[in-house]
Amino acid sequence: MELTADLKAALIRQVAEAVISHADELTALDQAIGDGDHGVNLKRGFEAVLAQLNTLAEKDPGEILKAVGTALVMKVGGASGPLYGTLFMTMGKHLPPKFSLSDLAQAFTAGVEAVKVRGKSDVGQKTMLDVLVPVARTLQESNDDLLSKLKTVAESSAHATIPMKAVRGRASFLGERSVGHMDPGARSSSLMVLAVVETLENHR
Amino acid sequence: MKKLINSVETVLTESLSGFCQAHERIVVGDEQLRFVRRKELKRGKVALISGGGSGHEPLHIGFVGHGMLDAACPGQVFTSPTPDQMVAAAEAVHTGAGVLFIVKNYEGDVMNFDMAKEMLSVEVATVLTNDDVAVETSTYSTGRRGVAGTMVVEKIVGAAAEEGQDLRALQHLGEHVNSRTRSMGIALTSCTVPAAGKPTFQIGDDEMELGVGIHGEPGRRRVKLMSADEIAAEMVGAILNDFGHAAKGEALLLINGFGGTPLMEPYLMYHSTRRLLEARGLKVVRSLVGNFVTSLEMAGCSVTVSLLDPEMKRLWDAPVDTAALRWGM
Repeated sequence: MELTADLKAALIRQVAEAVISHADELTALDQAIGDGDHGVNLKRGFEAVLAQLNTLAEKDPGEILKAVGTALVMKVGGASGPLYGTLFMTMGKHLPPKFSLSDLAQAFTAGVEAVKVRGKSDVGQKTMLDVLVPVARTLQESNDDLLSKLKTVAESSAHATIPMKAVRGRASFLGERSVGHMDPGARSSSLMVLAVVETLENHR
Repeated sequence: MKKLINSVETVLTESLSGFCQAHERIVVGDEQLRFVRRKELKRGKVALISGGGSGHEPLHIGFVGHGMLDAACPGQVFTSPTPDQMVAAAEAVHTGAGVLFIVKNYEGDVMNFDMAKEMLSVEVATVLTNDDVAVETSTYSTGRRGVAGTMVVEKIVGAAAEEGQDLRALQHLGEHVNSRTRSMGIALTSCTVPAAGKPTFQIGDDEMELGVGIHGEPGRRRVKLMSADEIAAEMVGAILNDFGHAAKGEALLLINGFGGTPLMEPYLMYHSTRRLLEARGLKVVRSLVGNFVTSLEMAGCSVTVSLLDPEMKRLWDAPVDTAALRWGM
């Protein structure tokens, strides 16, 4: 599949719009176990990304990711700004202009590792990492039917955060009271992965 | 939602503009209001910068001025400021002796200040405050929250910076003050974040949240409303248990209103609290009562006890001239 300017623009737009159109749902999830601003904050960040859409789509993929990350860091605030900013910026740094699937898997994994360091966290703690880590693993392992596998993993891993007890982030102050709610960061991560997969499927 | 606002979108900028106008003798706001800085910088002094979500006024902007902070970066309501704000603030106020960040221990604040530190070319050190005893920490948890004790750190470190102490000394002093400071809060009513438009939590007329955080986030437990003496006993008990054997000698007692409680009540709480501390052998030698680290219109208060050594006491007494604290000038 060739990464044309049209496809790059579609990827940016679909990811941004997936987050923006689910802002209320993300905020509701965050009100249950956090401070209730996840949707509002991410929406502000992705609106800033959309505002740069035309200039972004002309750049190399790595540069796009870095620019998206910077926009999120500067506009989102809270914990999700630095975390998503770090994910996108690190991926961007590791992604060559012409890349293979294994380059992409490596860049994504580097981004996820950087999120672990930034958030001093890892899988099993009811965070975005509970989606990002399995997605990275799927990217590394799977060759056939990759897109549909990614979709399944993104959805099921976000759902898998529902019975978890939060030990990171503001939800951790709730302890047992955090059990029974999907983690808003896991949900937003899964929305972004799904948007990428669906855009690529439509371009096949 | 019943608030004195024009629109949800402009609450922060209009409030910050008013603050800078009202205190124009002491502070100036950055053109884009990314930070509020001290009007007159002192050359060769370590620059002290703090910041955090808005809605806790006068923290932190009210502590910008002589003897305290050089700049404060206000985020959206209850949302950490972004790294570009701290970078712009540091570039505006540092005078070559380095920059000290004073950061309340919340993941968002910690990460955004960390990113700013990575982006800056000047020397930066950080002091994290985590004085809240309400939520116990564990190996994996985020750890304790930074609450009203933060202003004690800002005051004492600010005085030392004004005297010309260097970056490392100030960082150690900040950690020392934080380690000798404990707080605990209770809420009687909720607060309403303007952008959310409805109360952050539901609480019955006959209930209180024991160990509440400064964003209206839950604490230890929800209980039936108690008398002021009983509430004071809960808070003092939690604080002194946490200090353990260290709880002796001279102390600073700060009763901090959360924004929705008339001053009559924090003074009453001061009376209850001081009696309890003295019964446990502590000598209260410095005091502060008022609304300093608020949580919008939440009713309730927090108790902060800081164990003073002679140096801390001397620096607490040093002159300060900010919008919210002023003495000795």
